[in-house]
Amino acid sequence: MTDIQTRIRTYAQRFQSGAQPRARELSPHLKALEAEAIHIMREVAAEFERPVMLYSIGKDSTVMLHLAMKAFFPSRPPFPFLHIDSLWEFQAMGEFRDALSEALGLDMIVWVNEEGKQREINPFTDGSALHTQVMRTEGLLQALNDGRYDAAFGGGRRDEEKSRAKERVFSFRNAAHAWDPRNQRPELWRTYNTRIRKGESIRVFPLSNWTEVDIWQYILEEDIPIVPLYFAGERPVVERDGTLIMVDDERMVFEDGETPEMRKIRFRTLGCYPLTGAVESEAETLDDIVLEMLTARTSERAGRLIDFDEAGSMEKKKREGYF
Amino acid sequence: MADDAIRAEVAERLTRAGENGVLRVITCGSVDDGKSTLIGRLLYDSKLLFEDQIKVLERDSRKHGTAGEEIDFALLLDGLEAEREQGITIDVAYRFFNTEKRKFIVADTPGHEQYTRNMATGASTADLAIILVDARKGVLTQTKRHTYIANMMGIRHAVLAVNKMDLVEHSRARFHEIVSEYLTIAEDLGFATITPIPISARYGDNIFSRSDAMKWHDGPTLMEHLERVDTNTEKEAAYAFRFPVQWVNRPNLDFRGFSGTVASGAVAPGDDVVVAHSGKAAKISRVVTADGDLETASAGDAVTLVLDREIDIARGDMLADPQQRPEVSDQFAAEILWMTEEEMLPGRSYLLKAGGQVSPVSVTTLKHKLNVNSFEKEPGKSLKLNEIGVCTLSTSRPIAFDPYKDQRETGSFILIDRFTNQTVGAGMIEFSLRRASNIHTHAMDVDKARRADMKGQKPAVLWFTGLSGAGKSTIANLVERKLAEAGRHTYSLDGDNVRHGLNKDLGFTDVDRVENIRRIGEVAKLFVDAGLIVTCSFISPFRSERQMVRELVDEAEFIEIFVDAPLEVCMQRDPKGLYKKAQAGEIKNFTGFDSPYEAPESAEIHLKTGDLSAEDAAERVIETLIERGFIG
Repeated sequence: MTDIQTRIRTYAQRFQSGAQPRARELSPHLKALEAEAIHIMREVAAEFERPVMLYSIGKDSTVMLHLAMKAFFPSRPPFPFLHIDSLWEFQAMGEFRDALSEALGLDMIVWVNEEGKQREINPFTDGSALHTQVMRTEGLLQALNDGRYDAAFGGGRRDEEKSRAKERVFSFRNAAHAWDPRNQRPELWRTYNTRIRKGESIRVFPLSNWTEVDIWQYILEEDIPIVPLYFAGERPVVERDGTLIMVDDERMVFEDGETPEMRKIRFRTLGCYPLTGAVESEAETLDDIVLEMLTARTSERAGRLIDFDEAGSMEKKKREGYF
Repeated sequence: MADDAIRAEVAERLTRAGENGVLRVITCGSVDDGKSTLIGRLLYDSKLLFEDQIKVLERDSRKHGTAGEEIDFALLLDGLEAEREQGITIDVAYRFFNTEKRKFIVADTPGHEQYTRNMATGASTADLAIILVDARKGVLTQTKRHTYIANMMGIRHAVLAVNKMDLVEHSRARFHEIVSEYLTIAEDLGFATITPIPISARYGDNIFSRSDAMKWHDGPTLMEHLERVDTNTEKEAAYAFRFPVQWVNRPNLDFRGFSGTVASGAVAPGDDVVVAHSGKAAKISRVVTADGDLETASAGDAVTLVLDREIDIARGDMLADPQQRPEVSDQFAAEILWMTEEEMLPGRSYLLKAGGQVSPVSVTTLKHKLNVNSFEKEPGKSLKLNEIGVCTLSTSRPIAFDPYKDQRETGSFILIDRFTNQTVGAGMIEFSLRRASNIHTHAMDVDKARRADMKGQKPAVLWFTGLSGAGKSTIANLVERKLAEAGRHTYSLDGDNVRHGLNKDLGFTDVDRVENIRRIGEVAKLFVDAGLIVTCSFISPFRSERQMVRELVDEAEFIEIFVDAPLEVCMQRDPKGLYKKAQAGEIKNFTGFDSPYEAPESAEIHLKTGDLSAEDAAERVIETLIERGFIG
């Protein structure tokens, strides 16, 4: 058994009935954020017929999953989890996902856009935009239609990006999964309007009011396992246009003159390995990461290549159904 | 750095960041008052901006900015592309920053009158309102509006931030002049504290650091005040125990718990609680969380409660302190803020949602409207977008609640349109008009079933809806004749016998049309109770009202018959000459002409009278009645 598998096993024991309660008291603001997220999840479980929780394997998603484990305890979360697999994630992510869902006994659906797979969409040769569109956005829409889900949890935070700052916690989507920023339902108190017609759905963002600092502090205080790639280690990388790309498997396409070199790197955000930039770092523990982040000077999305175009690009993607 | 040193530094920084929990703040004011600049300044000074964000900000400042070569902080906030170009903030945006003592959630809402609903949305969860005033302009109409709305929404702390002090030479006299004017409007409202602070958002004076130019200011800086003011949760913790049940937690036969968030007060194992609606009592046996059982849970805690005995509890029920129970009533008075284009009409049926409680509801009377700028009472018949009114409401099922001024969480509700599913209104409950428990329907020895049995039929409402001239009355008349010939007991309601008597006080405005149908519905209900088959022929253009009548009688008793003829056909027939008059402008609000008709989406019977004779149409109605077992 690998280290991370052992770590996840130990973690899962926490949610067994009769397990020893954790002594650590959460910071007051995290306790408030946690209670808010739990409240939101319970509303969804009570009011929707077919909810699903999107699981991207990243840290925010893993925090959301942890909150779901807590929200329904001693029951298991009363909905499946859904991972939209682009086939180009880091290998360590797949291992983490499988170990976590097995240890926690989750209903984990892994969806691949078969049409994209047939077409052998490749981020190196087809470009990031097409790859993301086909394998992520279209894959997501297929999976949501296939499951006939009426509510889908996402781990989006309002501090990530400007268009998200205005999005509701319960964000209405029409039958084509599109978001209409001009016509959002007013959202008052903690009373969420969950009414939809057939075919329409709601995206729910329980982490809306969390910041990146909150997420890391919560992971630290709650001792939540995360994919080891978040921690610094010697890994093979090439530097391309100022971005460090990790050589994760044999599908890596090298450009002229590129040879991989070992550097001590880590990732601040995870996704498809050809599209995710690493940072050089010495942060080997959670404490190191938090300290590095508290003194950081670049925001986390700077490492995500798909957001690098115009400032309004996320808004456009969301209108098309992207989370 | 050694491991221990790192751990110590992280612990130090993080613990301090969480000491005083979360404060939710709303900023009120317009772009001109420097609202966005203030929030941008808070983010910048709390060192929350990353280099790449600052770079984007500098780029955007050159492209769209209004601060010349300097950074335009306002651009950090105006999120959506179109808004940025128009230079106005049109929705509620949420911003976050932390200081050493607290996490802050800032709702940034627009200031103009047409965005009252957005402000109310942001205010609904806020602990504190920053009311911005431009020192050059002083207290304006909008300052009053923001103050009244903040107060109405239950915000306890007001900060009067007099901005742009640099443009009035940091004048102490000017500041005091504005403060005393402000206090005359705000002092007697419900705020726990009102704190005036002279600031300059652009230069950061009295925001994080004290202003050298305004040494005369002896009060706190904005941040000092925000870091230590108490939150709503602290107030809620002191109120009586309330626990709206969200979800019944039942993993197996050995465990049955009730999951929810404590709305107010506190609870511990051994405490007595009652279910608000049923009055059934039990003791708390466990307070369960994934982190182990708790010795006590208080306002804001998300927990699962286990009781010492099995009593009937479902989502929508509220557990409460038996000594201080909430009101349970189906009639109450509330302030309503209307949030949609289509106006609120008394008598129309909406859905009310209060926590997990959902019930059909109608506004019985609009007592008066409140002018959002002066909060003076004004008469009115309906509420338009962004208008506020004091109303009495009547729900189909009793609702458990507390007065909003005492407890926001259990005193608030939203109204939902039953067809568009939009959130159309926000309500703050003032008081109960009667206790639901005091109403007992007198049980009669001869009931509906007995009356119907005597007539050998099942009662029903045959509701004919459609445009004027579609053939409603003609078909209804034929149907009634066929029923009478078969020995059935019937009655027929139409415009002629209702408008001249029962409803002769009503005209044809939307408000009156709703009331017209409500009364007809009630009369039809009485006839159904008498065991009759009632035919009703009314244009009844609104879905909501037809739905309302449907709900007055039992599920299967309402047969909606859509008499569907194209408008051109109706205009051609024009049996009463009404279309001609409408065309000549002699009749206003004529359905299909200058007033809308909302066609049924799933009528029990759909008669296309363009190519169906009245006789055949009537026959189809009779067939349906036989199929459904109304007549043998």
